[in-house]
Amino acid sequence: MVHGEAWTIKEFFVYPDEYIYWSIQIVMYPFMTGLVAGAFVLSSLYHVFGVKQLKEIARFSLVFSLSLLPVAMMPLLLHLQQPFRGINVLMTPHFTSAIAAFGIVFTTYGMIVASEIWFVYRGFIVESVLALRGKKERNAVDTLRLVIYTVLAMGAMDLSAEALHKDERAVGLLAAIGIPVACFLHGYAGFIFGSVKANALWMTPLMPVIFICSAVVSGIALCMITYIVTMEIRKLLLTWKRKDNPWFPSTDELKGAEVQVVTMTAKYLVMFLVLAITLELLDLIFRGYTAVRSWDILRSVIYEKDFTKIFILQYGLGNLIPFIIFLMPRLTVRKAALGSLLVLLGVFMMRWNVVIGGQAFSASFAGFMEYRLPIWPDSLENFKEGLFGALTVIATPFVLFFLVTRVLPVFGVKDSH
Amino acid sequence: MMNRREFCKKAMIVVGGIALPLAALEVFNPKRLQAEKEGRGKVRWAFLVDTQKCVGCGFCVKACKIENEIPYDANVTRTWVERYVITRDGTTHIDSPKGARDGFTTMKIDQNKEGMLDISSADIEKAFFVPKLCNQCDNPPCVQVCPVGATYQTADGVVLVDRTWCIGCGYCIMGCPYSVRFFHPVYHVAEKCNFCYHRISQGMKTACVDACPFGARRIGNLRDPDDPVTKIIMTERVNVLKEEYGTKPQVFYLGFSKEVK
Repeated sequence: MVHGEAWTIKEFFVYPDEYIYWSIQIVMYPFMTGLVAGAFVLSSLYHVFGVKQLKEIARFSLVFSLSLLPVAMMPLLLHLQQPFRGINVLMTPHFTSAIAAFGIVFTTYGMIVASEIWFVYRGFIVESVLALRGKKERNAVDTLRLVIYTVLAMGAMDLSAEALHKDERAVGLLAAIGIPVACFLHGYAGFIFGSVKANALWMTPLMPVIFICSAVVSGIALCMITYIVTMEIRKLLLTWKRKDNPWFPSTDELKGAEVQVVTMTAKYLVMFLVLAITLELLDLIFRGYTAVRSWDILRSVIYEKDFTKIFILQYGLGNLIPFIIFLMPRLTVRKAALGSLLVLLGVFMMRWNVVIGGQAFSASFAGFMEYRLPIWPDSLENFKEGLFGALTVIATPFVLFFLVTRVLPVFGVKDSH
Repeated sequence: MMNRREFCKKAMIVVGGIALPLAALEVFNPKRLQAEKEGRGKVRWAFLVDTQKCVGCGFCVKACKIENEIPYDANVTRTWVERYVITRDGTTHIDSPKGARDGFTTMKIDQNKEGMLDISSADIEKAFFVPKLCNQCDNPPCVQVCPVGATYQTADGVVLVDRTWCIGCGYCIMGCPYSVRFFHPVYHVAEKCNFCYHRISQGMKTACVDACPFGARRIGNLRDPDDPVTKIIMTERVNVLKEEYGTKPQVFYLGFSKEVK
């Protein structure tokens, strides 16, 4: 079977070689990169702009950004027909292509995040090394942790006030460099689509900007969700532990802090959400008003074929309802969680409607293509570019986050800055 | 004994010192200099399709599939023939069942999911066939977007794909306004018409040109003023597909109608 044939249904006249070649994994790619960029921007709001209320979520989202990072590349590898040749992009980059610099941008960004985390955690790492060394009897786990922390410390064991201050300055600097790089990483993903002149739906200079705004929105939303869930688990654990240790902080204290962080984060989310919607609507209105040759087919895709996906799922459920939730007075943690989930759905649908919607019509403008997501992985291809492949990509960052936080905890760490 | 700082400094100087002359090698690319000196090459392949002569037999598609080892039953093809039927009410119906590999065996229009559409002969205002193939653009978007340089343009204008280097990202497939590219079902890399490069570079015609019983397809060299194809392109009213994309296509059509997509 030809690649794409399994999930493409043609209607009316479609060129013989046309199929939906960019499927679910290419929907996942901008979605995941968006989350990476958004999480990083959220953490930078504290580190660079000194938004004190976001202090607690800043460390959290930075580590989360690191766990998401390898996952931004996963969908691309799952989508390639020759995944083992993926490295060719770094070996012979052909710079007229928008994809060619991906490896470079991605690696630069990865190094910035990794080094920022190292500076944030250096104090903690060194303290852990010292504490573990001080232990008289070490079990296997302790020995392993000592090895890990010693390697992570990279010999920089100075804990003087001066050295810690230097760490702080480095974090600020890296976060400041990181914002444009994060935006570039994602705006770049938008450019990959926006520069395809053969695709009437994709080709717009607004694409990179729209992508950045919705990226920040989704990143903040995901951080909020994960933050809320982690806090709930902590509260449960605390209630359980307090039975034996009554001097532990009460859950009410945690809850108060939680609401404050959530309210503050929600404000930034709404800000970027407004920007994203404005640009998306501007794009839509502009297309309708100028009504160039492709508008006839685009109109039938947007207002007929994909109406539910665009106006109900993306704009309605994914934008309008959370917008109302976040703007209504007395935002509770539960409401914020619901709002964030809906925002994530909205951004995911936006990626879907761009990537799949852009292939919903033939380049002949005389026919349509419908995408049927392969559910059951009865072949490698249907796994990679099907529901289970997508779920694997979604699950991986949470597994990575769990593993990373075993070494670099995000809560209960004494902060030097 | 050298300390670390000094080592770093010296290393930077050495790397920089080596990089400069190496960069010059690129600046003075001898091949490019030679080419610039000689001016334009002696060959620029171009294709001429006379839609007036095409009857939609599909021999070209069949020949192409066999010649270029595109699995015969796979629903992809390097070249295909479209049938246009314009009815009295002004509606354009287009189809190309299996790329017209077996020709058009029925009067019914294949509308894919929508089934077969029966059009009575009395309703037909005009009807014609249009063969399609890669346009070997002068400004090929597929070459521009390939992230690894696996697809490239030869000096004589043909765009080729390196099967050993293509990573199969599909960006070139997305970038082609004519949708002539697809993934090869066996090699799993980007695939397209290359004017039978292995044949034309040996002085032969392409498989489709040889297979066409009506002379609807012809290939020629634009740089040769005495080439009959070049003469027609220069002197008659020819057109190209989707000029608005700025790709400068090099497949020219005679008897072109506005309905052609």
